[in-house]
Amino acid sequence: MSWLRATGAWLEARLGLRDSIWPIMRHPVPSGARWWYVFGSATLTLFMVQIITGICLALVYVPAPDQAFESLEYMNYDQYLGWLLRAIHYYAATGMVCMMFVHMTQVFLFGAFKYPRELTWLVGVGLLALTLFMGFSGQVLRWDQDAYWGLNLAASMAGRVPVIGPQVVNLLLGGPAVGAASLSRFFTLHVFIVPGLLILLISLHLYLVLKKGISEPPVPGRPVDPKTYEAEYHKVIEKGEPFFPDAVWRDAIVSFVTVVVVVIVAAWLGPYGPRSIPDPTLPANPRPDWYFLWLFALLALSPPQVETFIMLVLPVVLFGILIAFPFVAGKGERSWRRRPVSVLMVIVVFVSFVTLTYLGVTAPWSPEMDAWSGTPVPEKMIQWPDPKDPEQRHNLTPEQLQGAVVLQNKNCRDCHALDGKGGQRGPDLTEVATRLTRPQLIRQVIQGGGNMPAYGKQLKPAEVDALVDFLATLHGGQPPAHSSAPASP
Amino acid sequence: MSQPIDPYEPPPPTSPERRLILQWCAIATGALASLALGIPIIGYLFGTLIKRPPDDWVDLGPVGKFPPKQTTLVNFDLPVAQQWDGKARLTSAYVRHYERPWPVLAHGGFVVFAINCAHLGCPVSWFPSSGLFLCPCHGGVYYEDGSVASGPPPRPLYQYDIQFVRAGTPRQVVPLEEYERLDETERGKTERGKLILQIKAGHVPTLHDPLRKSDKGGKA
Repeated sequence: MSWLRATGAWLEARLGLRDSIWPIMRHPVPSGARWWYVFGSATLTLFMVQIITGICLALVYVPAPDQAFESLEYMNYDQYLGWLLRAIHYYAATGMVCMMFVHMTQVFLFGAFKYPRELTWLVGVGLLALTLFMGFSGQVLRWDQDAYWGLNLAASMAGRVPVIGPQVVNLLLGGPAVGAASLSRFFTLHVFIVPGLLILLISLHLYLVLKKGISEPPVPGRPVDPKTYEAEYHKVIEKGEPFFPDAVWRDAIVSFVTVVVVVIVAAWLGPYGPRSIPDPTLPANPRPDWYFLWLFALLALSPPQVETFIMLVLPVVLFGILIAFPFVAGKGERSWRRRPVSVLMVIVVFVSFVTLTYLGVTAPWSPEMDAWSGTPVPEKMIQWPDPKDPEQRHNLTPEQLQGAVVLQNKNCRDCHALDGKGGQRGPDLTEVATRLTRPQLIRQVIQGGGNMPAYGKQLKPAEVDALVDFLATLHGGQPPAHSSAPASP
Repeated sequence: MSQPIDPYEPPPPTSPERRLILQWCAIATGALASLALGIPIIGYLFGTLIKRPPDDWVDLGPVGKFPPKQTTLVNFDLPVAQQWDGKARLTSAYVRHYERPWPVLAHGGFVVFAINCAHLGCPVSWFPSSGLFLCPCHGGVYYEDGSVASGPPPRPLYQYDIQFVRAGTPRQVVPLEEYERLDETERGKTERGKLILQIKAGHVPTLHDPLRKSDKGGKA
């Protein structure tokens, strides 16, 4: 083994790592940091996984609209282990975003963004923005209907920028419409430009972590004072432990476990998409990836007057708040036990995110486009039980049955459910007759109202009669609505 | 033997003027190099703004292809498409054909709606039996004339510019007055059916006019 030692000595004589890298490895970190401080490393590890798997995917992927989808299908089915690499890339991205939010929340609650680590936080906010952009551009590269229409959606939002909207759209898409230039653009951004910026900012982030030291776990009642902090931190560090080998193992274990979990999940669930052929002439039901489902929900639920504000100003405001934190609250109490407003903010953000994401998944505001032909009226609703013998069931009258046909043919089911099946956009009609009287039903059908279109022009009087006859039978055995009952559609 | 040069010791200030000249030469050549490289790169990157989109009129088909009182889905190639655009070169529009007396804004009885929802551009589907356009994304609903029936869209469906041309090259535009006169006899109707309906497709209204509230006064 002497030749190994000789080679090592030869290299050390030239590289001088003992003077440069070794002190960095041995830099002291506060003891007691323990398992709370591992999420940044896990995020970084997953970023490296993304680089490696991303390079592998780029070997096969064709960034041109006529072949991108086919090259993804090739990767899923023909390329040896292509399916697994695509899956790892997708779930490592998911993991990276999750770890980043956990890391950020920990830093926020521990007050680690305060003096003297403000710049580290600001660089972190930049990393957040770039990572979210990677999430969106990655979805665009998965060139399916979601990608095509998602890009249209982003461009429509950009088009709302006052005065220069059309120019912004042009620059974003590389032309007036989504096409070849747009995909090339997002490929370049996703593969060259943004990863380069990420590496740059990560280097700066790590440099600052080394320069300013890892923050010590906060102690309630010991606020940060810029005049005395450095001296206090120096005392903490003297009692600390070296990063290598004491602390590094914790980081390593969590990072490696994360990678193993990502690979297992990827192998288990397989690659995500591409979902459907990106043919703009086919019907589509586009959905964003989970990172942006909350925004999808927000845009569906917000009133038109504030929409442009949500699209263009809200992101600036949110990032502005993140940027303002270290300047507004750069000193003082660090422990979350003494910062109730901060804890409340974290809770509000997470509850809003989860709620909006759930709404984005269920999307009750979207009509179910094929319910009118694919979801029939439940059999029990076109029959009624004999009052004497419940086993004996009678059909509805021919006119009432005709009304059920009108309900299907006029696409009512796209928005209205019967017995829980059908669109969720309008109210479930299973027991509508307990809420609305006949005249109210007729008025609602003909004039619309609430969020319902007026059907007066589309239905003949006989069809309205039949439809309302049928709807009037839908009271689930309860007493029907009385004329003095308040109308609630 | 001369003394060995100490690399950390600046050379003696024998010629401060000479150093100043060198400094200015470096700044000047640096500026020149930046411009020489920067102007082409910036021009290349922003070229898409300078290049005017083609005002190409695109054929949707003979007028007779669109039955009156109906809304027909047509696919066409975007004039800005590239060879390697694949299916992305395609887009769709809904042609609504009115009978006399047609609405004021219908050009010779025709209105061509962009397929994109006026909210955020998702593709709307036409349901003939209920006479509604439904959007799958955020639940926008439009009546058959394109006006908003429900949901978040801030304005009616976008409309394309329309013209009628005779078949053959070059296409010869038929003025609207002449087109409307053709309507009056049976022979005229047949002749009218052979004319080709064109839309101005170089401009994608959903992406470029989202701030325009309606198409009234100066059609899209």
